[in-house]
Amino acid sequence: MSQVDKMIGGLKIGFLSPESIRKLSVTRIITADTYDEDGLPIDSGLMDSRLGTIEPGQKCKTCGNRVGECPGHFGHIELARPVIHVGYANIIRDILRSTCKSCSRILLPDEDIDYYTERMSESIKSGNEIDQVLVDEVYKKAQKNRVCPHCGEKQIKIKLEKPTSFYEVREEGTVRLTPTDIRDWFEKIPNEDCLLLGINPEVARPEWLILTVLPVPPVCVRPSITLESGVRSEDDLTHKLVDIIRINQRLRENIDAGAPQLIVEDLWELLQYHITTYFDNDVSGIPPARHRSGRVLRTLSQRLKGKEGRFRSNLSGKRVDFSARTVISPDPNISINEVGVPEEIAKTLTVPERVTEWNIEELKKLVLNGPEHVEGANYIIRSDGRRIDLRFVKDRSTLAEALEPGFIVERHIRNGDIVLFNRQPSLHRMSIMAHEVRIMPYRTFRLNLCVCPPYNADFDGDEMNLHVPQSEEARAEARILMRVQEQILSPRYGGPIIGGIQDFISLSYLLTNKNTLLTRENVCQLLMAAGYTGDLPEPAISKPEELWTGKQVFSLLLPKGLNISLKAKVCRKCDKCLKEQCPYDAYVLIRDGQLLTGVIDKKAFGAQQADTVFHRLVKDYGTQTARIFLDSITKLLIHFSSAIGFTLGIDELIIEKEAVLRIKEILEKANNRVKELIEIYKAGELERLPGRTLEETLEMRIKQELADARDKAGEIAGDYLGLDKHTVIMTKAGARGNPLNLAQMTAVVGQQAVRGERIQRGYKGRTLPHYKEGDLGPEARGFVTSCYRDGLSPTEFFFHAMGGREGLVDTAVRTSKSGYMQRRLINALQDIRVEYDNTVRTAVGELIQLKYGDDGVDPAKSDHGKAVNLDIIIEKVLSESGRE
Amino acid sequence: MSFLNDNEIDKEMNYLIESNVIPVTIVEQLRVKLKELKITRKELKKVVEEVVREYKNALVEPGEAVGTVAAQSIGEPGTQMTLKTFHYAGAAEFNVTLGLPRLEEILDAKKNPSTPMMEVYLKDDVKHDEEKVKQISQRIELTKIESVAQSVEIDLANMIIKITLDPSLMEDKGVSYNDIKEKLESLHKGDVTVEENIIKFNPDTNDLAQLQQLLQKIQDLTLNGVKGIKRVVIRKEGDEYVISTDGSNLKDVLEIPEVDVKRTTTNHIGEIAEVLGIEAARNAIIREAVNVLEEQGLDVDIRHIMLVADLMTFDGYISQIGRHGISGKKPSVLARAAFEKTVQNLFEASVRGDFDELKGIAENVIIGQTIPVGTGLIGLLMEHSRKEE
Repeated sequence: MSQVDKMIGGLKIGFLSPESIRKLSVTRIITADTYDEDGLPIDSGLMDSRLGTIEPGQKCKTCGNRVGECPGHFGHIELARPVIHVGYANIIRDILRSTCKSCSRILLPDEDIDYYTERMSESIKSGNEIDQVLVDEVYKKAQKNRVCPHCGEKQIKIKLEKPTSFYEVREEGTVRLTPTDIRDWFEKIPNEDCLLLGINPEVARPEWLILTVLPVPPVCVRPSITLESGVRSEDDLTHKLVDIIRINQRLRENIDAGAPQLIVEDLWELLQYHITTYFDNDVSGIPPARHRSGRVLRTLSQRLKGKEGRFRSNLSGKRVDFSARTVISPDPNISINEVGVPEEIAKTLTVPERVTEWNIEELKKLVLNGPEHVEGANYIIRSDGRRIDLRFVKDRSTLAEALEPGFIVERHIRNGDIVLFNRQPSLHRMSIMAHEVRIMPYRTFRLNLCVCPPYNADFDGDEMNLHVPQSEEARAEARILMRVQEQILSPRYGGPIIGGIQDFISLSYLLTNKNTLLTRENVCQLLMAAGYTGDLPEPAISKPEELWTGKQVFSLLLPKGLNISLKAKVCRKCDKCLKEQCPYDAYVLIRDGQLLTGVIDKKAFGAQQADTVFHRLVKDYGTQTARIFLDSITKLLIHFSSAIGFTLGIDELIIEKEAVLRIKEILEKANNRVKELIEIYKAGELERLPGRTLEETLEMRIKQELADARDKAGEIAGDYLGLDKHTVIMTKAGARGNPLNLAQMTAVVGQQAVRGERIQRGYKGRTLPHYKEGDLGPEARGFVTSCYRDGLSPTEFFFHAMGGREGLVDTAVRTSKSGYMQRRLINALQDIRVEYDNTVRTAVGELIQLKYGDDGVDPAKSDHGKAVNLDIIIEKVLSESGRE
Repeated sequence: MSFLNDNEIDKEMNYLIESNVIPVTIVEQLRVKLKELKITRKELKKVVEEVVREYKNALVEPGEAVGTVAAQSIGEPGTQMTLKTFHYAGAAEFNVTLGLPRLEEILDAKKNPSTPMMEVYLKDDVKHDEEKVKQISQRIELTKIESVAQSVEIDLANMIIKITLDPSLMEDKGVSYNDIKEKLESLHKGDVTVEENIIKFNPDTNDLAQLQQLLQKIQDLTLNGVKGIKRVVIRKEGDEYVISTDGSNLKDVLEIPEVDVKRTTTNHIGEIAEVLGIEAARNAIIREAVNVLEEQGLDVDIRHIMLVADLMTFDGYISQIGRHGISGKKPSVLARAAFEKTVQNLFEASVRGDFDELKGIAENVIIGQTIPVGTGLIGLLMEHSRKEE
């Protein structure tokens, strides 16, 4: 591998003068044709072979290189008449307005010019760049002067008719300024003045803004493609250049033949049009140039601009090798640090490994395995740089024997290799993490369920990308900085973003529940799944049968010496906390690695949750311990789930008749209350809320009434559902769902809203033809009295779909909005870093903060935002010295 | 065992502050915590040692790309925010922009927020007196003739303008007939006569077009209050009364003598910058952004928001996050071209002869060099002579 030993220190951007364009050019382009009958490029044509080669195997006539090496060479077109460059129209206008028509000096008195020149030279000395603010000031001031202070000439107002026509607005009428006039005017501007006009005379002259020579880009910039039918299809730029040359030719002929002024001017205007669209085919005021088929041409500006343009698509983002993409699927049996890679992919992705005395035997084996077998190799690069493709080697054993130190073997990735794994959109740094490879059968990437939150992944068809770092340096960085276990703590809030999710939470809640008792057989099964190798503790109950509590089993996986207390999700937030005596077992107390009281639910173990048991584990025992804990507890819980069975069916949601009746009654009452309200409103006796109209007041009152009814109905349904229902367990433990979801499934779905209001739209005065005009009642305005279990009536279904549609639209709009905001934020902030003196500065050294975040603490290393967790330190010190 | 008394703890803590190893805020928290328990000198030493060690462990490392992390930490939860523009604050009184649109407003440094609001706190001597607070609120709320009149119309028969007033509204807004009369007279456009709750304005002119114009003018005539304050609501906060306003005009409200200048605030960041200065604006940006995120239930470390606020204000003016602000001011041509307005930036740079020093991230990505943050900032040199040993 060749090592880059030179760095680019800087980049100066300048302007090509007509002379330099001619000097740069290898040939003047005269003919508009490209190829002759034999398909050979015509000399002095647009495909002139001196401009570089695009045919493989052909040598470039200028530099003698072949396709890959020849950089391409510019040609040029001599324009019959000068033409304005569209991109500089505004600058040209400003210069015209700020300089004298007759003497071409800036319209400022000498002392002003001296003053600004001095300030400008100062700024150039300090910043090496033209001070744009100063330039703008000069323009603004100079344009006010209507009489030249140098020669006394009265100035005429200049008008720019977009995109490229200039006019003098005289009293007797407007007179066109031809590009030739402007060029003559600009030629007289002295170099000293240029600087104040924002033009650096070292790189550009004002008159160059009017083109006399047009560079013709090399053919490799505008390659022609041969279709299957053998028809040649030219690039858009070539088409445009053909137009330019043609018109240029005609213009020249007409001028030479002494054609009437009118015809010459028309052709000149046409040439201007073609050159304008050659630069930018999206200028307002003129029709875009089109291909014969009617397609708008993609010219220079379009190539650079926008998301698909050169800058954002090819320069800021680059394509890579050694990558793979496929569907993901879950596998709770692999570690969070691992990724399951399909064999097929493992046989394609390679890592270059240099042959040394120590690994030669191993690499010989890999070479022998070849490209068809897992754990083989695809290429060998010999010391002389020759690359041998193992696919086409008949006898690999001789090749393996010939292996010697200094060779590089591109071997397949194998178990334990470090790779980068990514899911788009990559919104934060946890969207790309390093995993260890684990080669598996079948065709999907496998990942542990606990890493879903940082990637925001699910398994409904999501695909993910995988990249193989190719250098030792890259692999080291990936392993040390990017590995999943190093990313458990999110820099967003200083808490774990990885943790238990979904069923793991329900199951840990069930496992650590007071009522869970396990036999010796159960316990052994579970611990085996978790990979626990220590001794069994004393059973909690020894007679008549040996039984262990779930808390005991859970504790076995916790490290010794762990002390934590926190309130679980199931906490009812009583006025006075009974702590260890909590009747709901919501006070989690861990002493010396023993879970004494409390259930392990979302607050103790959940992902994207700060201050959990898992959080303490990461902070106090390091990422390695925490990862092992998470890996084993999840495996244990999976086994536990298959032992007890955790499922959900429609029978879960069926509640007693009595409850149904009570819910019905509540809805009835609410309905009546709403009708009353409407009556009061119609009688004109409704009291207006401050700052609201009468109608708004009514709507608000009705909404309130109905929301109360739904809440009450939900409560009743909740009371009848019973705590052993799996749906209830899920909501209580915080695994999925909330009380509202339960209420909607079992009691009443509730008010459907569009734009935060009850549904109003539809027909005149009514939402659907099922209702009378002006009906303001609950059901006519989208209140769904059915529950999901019973199903919705047709009208209810329609309203529900309206509300649902709004949600979908909202999501679609939001993603694009927040995506753009993210892009702007990243662009504005990406250069900011902490310096060695602990200040926060931009790339060029502007001081943003004297100390990062005022205390210099990295949020990722903080304890949920706090620099130091004093309580825990004090607790730790005191318990070490043997006190409570 | 002998336990330390408060004085001894204070001494230790003061010593810790002097030694300047950990921030004062942490020491103060520690002081409070330690005084609550009994602790020996040895234990205290150990605690301090641990605190210092933990603090040093939590420090940022040089080269850390704190900007990118901040941008991601604020941008990523954006996807989880609601798009609903309106939300009812408190007692269903005002609409307030929240969620993603509000965050955009803050970062864009919008000149005019869509829902400007103020919280006007009052000085100690009036803040408990509901009656006085009401009077002050009347002086704050912008009252036009329109807002106290039942109707303002042209009486074509007599060619006069007839204003029918609503006494209850007038009382509510604290305006008297005389006030209105004086105001109308100060126009010097005609005679004013008051008849019960009808005020007749007899203009000098008889031209209907002019009369129409005059009508418009009279409707918009300000009787009372501060420009821009559309509505006020008095709220009870603890034992004091606070005035919430719809609309914002910090400068004029602060000039009212009873207003507590220290606590009164607005959500209009531009006004804060103008009246109170850039440091205050920086704090306002932080406060507003934190409010939005908190309201949405999103957990984002305040350091990220502080960094954004500091970046937006570091040169003394509020610059937006985007092409008219921070990104547009970047010295690198390539970085600007890679963001927005690609072609225009290149054209302008070419005549200016700009020099790109390639110090930023975007530039180095473009030319394919290592980016100067994190591990890319560090160069390692190996001593060559070692090899020969």
